[in-house]
Amino acid sequence: MTTVETKIQSNKAIASGSVVNDFSISVATMNGSGSQTSNLTLLRALFKMGIPVSGKNLFPSNIQGLPTWYTIRVSKDGYLARTETIEVMVAMNATTFAKDQAALVPGGVFFYADDIKQAITRKDIVAYPMPVKKLAKESDAPASLRTYVANMVYVGVLVQMLGINPQRIEQALDFHFKGKEKPIKLNLDIIKKAAEWAEENLQKSDPYYLEDLDLTEGQIMASGNTAGALGSIYGGVQFVSWYPITPASSLAESCIEYLPMLRTDPETGKNTYAVVQAEDELAAIGMAVGAGWGGLRSMTSTSGPGISLMTEYASMAYYAETPVVIWNVQRMGPSTGLPTRTSQGDINLTYYLGHGDTKHIVLLPGSVNECFELGWKAFDLAERFQTPVFLLSDLDMGMNQWMTSPFKYPDKEIDRGKVLWEEDFEGLEIWGRYLDIDGDGIPYRTLPGNRHSQSGYFARGTGHDEFANYTEDPDVWVKGMDRLLLKFEHARSVMPQPEIVKRKGATIGVIAFGSTDPAIREAIDYMSEEDLEVDYLRLRALPVVDEVRDFIRKYEHVYVVEMNRDGQLHQILSLEVPERATHLISLTHNDGLPLTATWIKGAILGEERN
Amino acid sequence: MATKKQSKINLINLSKSDYRGAPTTLCQGCGHNSINSQVITACYELNILPEDIVKFSGIGCSSKSPTYFLGRSFGFNGLHGRMPSLATGALFADTSLTGIAMSGDGDTISIGMGQFKHVMRRNLPMVYIVANNGVYGLTKGQFSATAEEGLALKGHGQNPYMPIDIIWEAVVGRATFVARSFAGDPKQVRELLKAALSHRGIAVLDIISPCVTFNNQDDAHHSYAWGRNHEVALHDLSYVPLAEDIMVDYDEGESKEVDMHDGSRIMLRKVASDYDPTDRSTILCMLEDANTKQELITGLIYIDTEQQALFDTYNLPEEPLNRLTNDRIRPRRETIDKVNAMMF
Ligand SMILES: Cc1ncc(C[n+]2csc(CCOP(=O)(O)OP(=O)(O)O)c2C)c(N)n1
Ligand code: SF4
Ligand SMILES: [Mg+2]
Repeated sequence: MTTVETKIQSNKAIASGSVVNDFSISVATMNGSGSQTSNLTLLRALFKMGIPVSGKNLFPSNIQGLPTWYTIRVSKDGYLARTETIEVMVAMNATTFAKDQAALVPGGVFFYADDIKQAITRKDIVAYPMPVKKLAKESDAPASLRTYVANMVYVGVLVQMLGINPQRIEQALDFHFKGKEKPIKLNLDIIKKAAEWAEENLQKSDPYYLEDLDLTEGQIMASGNTAGALGSIYGGVQFVSWYPITPASSLAESCIEYLPMLRTDPETGKNTYAVVQAEDELAAIGMAVGAGWGGLRSMTSTSGPGISLMTEYASMAYYAETPVVIWNVQRMGPSTGLPTRTSQGDINLTYYLGHGDTKHIVLLPGSVNECFELGWKAFDLAERFQTPVFLLSDLDMGMNQWMTSPFKYPDKEIDRGKVLWEEDFEGLEIWGRYLDIDGDGIPYRTLPGNRHSQSGYFARGTGHDEFANYTEDPDVWVKGMDRLLLKFEHARSVMPQPEIVKRKGATIGVIAFGSTDPAIREAIDYMSEEDLEVDYLRLRALPVVDEVRDFIRKYEHVYVVEMNRDGQLHQILSLEVPERATHLISLTHNDGLPLTATWIKGAILGEERN
Repeated sequence: MATKKQSKINLINLSKSDYRGAPTTLCQGCGHNSINSQVITACYELNILPEDIVKFSGIGCSSKSPTYFLGRSFGFNGLHGRMPSLATGALFADTSLTGIAMSGDGDTISIGMGQFKHVMRRNLPMVYIVANNGVYGLTKGQFSATAEEGLALKGHGQNPYMPIDIIWEAVVGRATFVARSFAGDPKQVRELLKAALSHRGIAVLDIISPCVTFNNQDDAHHSYAWGRNHEVALHDLSYVPLAEDIMVDYDEGESKEVDMHDGSRIMLRKVASDYDPTDRSTILCMLEDANTKQELITGLIYIDTEQQALFDTYNLPEEPLNRLTNDRIRPRRETIDKVNAMMF
């Protein structure tokens, strides 16, 4: 295999005043220009160099032609949130050339494709031209692949100029192309040529360097959607129905990718699962509810617009007590909103989805690893409580690659809940589908296919008594709804506990959930540097457990930080602890971009020092 | 005495009452009641174990029907227009079960048109009855999408729109079994139901089922009178179960036979014209012709026994998915390292 030999070693003597492993790179390209492989190669190479790194694709809702940015943050301190500053810009897009230049910090670096004939106007940055077109043309790549390999030119230049370990680049390409020699060689060749060109023609005069570290040992890199799919597979998912929608599609697509490997019966070669691409979300949830009622571990995945279409069946599943797992990978609404931008705007919608008195179990994974963990746990909860269980992720967590701790094999046996089969009817004194025998609000269910003559019942969304018979009796209705509430309160007690991070001398608290976690943690460090110590509670589920109420009662101010306009979680928590409502302060930011520590710190300090 | 008792049970020792449901709450004389009793009789006569059937329905008077038949069977009364998706998911749980779905013209052709089309495309093995009365019975007699143009209904004026023909939709939607019948012709309904229960794939039965309360005027196309005066059966249809090796002595050229997957047969005795229900290309002409002549064509309109059914494409295990033990649905412990290694 070809190896990239760069002379970057000559730069080993890093001058004082240099910035090592602590900056953000932004790659400005055009959507559909094939830069994804290049960006992922960079990200993975840095990860393998042992540098904590995160990559975020900030892309428009478009297939080809609109500007898109890929930002990579390297942080020796392990911070993975988005930053507001960009130190290194790779300018491949003529239409945003001026804007990209303006975005750099003073002293920043500007790598640009030299076919863009626009002026470098800033005097306080270092600019390096890159002969992108020329090198692509000189490469062995067939004409059809030329624009694609052109993106490898900037990879090569960055390898040389920032000091990326070339072996790691090779490793990344090997992974990306699944060991296929031809594409690996093609890409490596052009990276090598570009690195050589940079070595001969560019004089390093900027302070930014990358160096091997050992801080990513034992970590993996994955997206939340891949993790969610794998979690579901380990949770024993048997039925997946879905309808494509950004940013949820890759969750179902990952199920399709990994199910054959993990869930083909080794003895019989048969599938222990089924996946159906439905005609819309109404049908996707209909199928999932049908399968859940039939006794399969079933799930569907969608985003806000799909969730609204699923409302009627979610309501019915709540009332007819049918288990089903529903992923909501949130994007920015209302309506189509900003379909490729992230948000946490569906928490209210999801928690109360339905008509009448509905409320649901909502799991809130705060990391890619947790998408896996809560992904499998969701099925146990859905079947135990015979109800829909939602998982709320978002575009940032779902679609971007994150470094995360490895997936852990489930540490609990599968819990199928209260199900009666033929033999269970022997000696059974009384059974009604909705009869609460144990006093926990959870009745016993039977599944179609049970051949015992007493096992069948007619499920319905209409009023029913304990024996599943139709009734409109007011007392029976009230009793039934009260039992559902009892069941919900019972579920509350076994919800995943929040994660609480305490600091000595903390006087205020912060509550957040989901993908904002890295930004919150970073902000807490920064506030500590300014002598404000903050305790942090990361919510992992609704309904909230007692620990959350206790946390809220503990501090003079508790800030609820979330990515929506109206402070939806803040509203929910205010109802949970009404007597502390005036001490709960809502901090929201919702512009479609992942939260930054700078914003959080500014917002909290602003309030506290006011 | 003993022989008398025996005559009241079928081959699996069940009596008719084992196939009944709760007493009907539909209006007296409603066509749906008549269909329901034929479902009961067909299943009884075919010796089907009620627990081998799963019932599905949407919302409407017609969709209430599954309450009134096969009380021992599992069933799910789903959402208005969304029954097909529910049935699709549920039948994956145990593909040895037979689905019987009951819907209305509003449930299937108005709000449910999309799911109706897609369940046909997937060829879900299920009997799909549409009890078609040209109105929304349950919401008190509004026009449905199958109501004929110009139909006048009390309190609702005149229907200004053209009707949708369920049979056309089913044929164009590539359903593999398409039949029309009339609730006032119980024998034909029963024989068609039996044939449909043997079909491996979606079996769409459009059954004109008069709503005696809102749309039974003699000149209304979904009334008893209209049905009686305008019904033209394509053939005299009888279903021959596998066990009965009956020699039917029809004259050569007088009858046609369709072999079903389970070994049973449908015998179609020629009535007036020659009609071949396996030839899709002529159906629309035939229907259009009947429309002009104001004929209500009934019988087996189309059948395709070759097309693979939904579950045939899924490589599912022998035993039902909903009976797989935990160790078969969770990957083994040693796989997790491999998975993590795949995550770079
Ligand atoms: C989402 C929704 N919209 C409207 C209704 C009200 N609704 C109940 S039954 C029905 C029409 C039923 O008509 P059809 O399917 O023809 O049944 P029929 O009563 O005529 O047998 C309507 C509109 C409903 N239940 N759900
Ligand atoms: S209203 Fe019409 S459709 Fe409904 S039960 Fe009465 S007769 Fe039948
Ligand atoms: Mg109707």
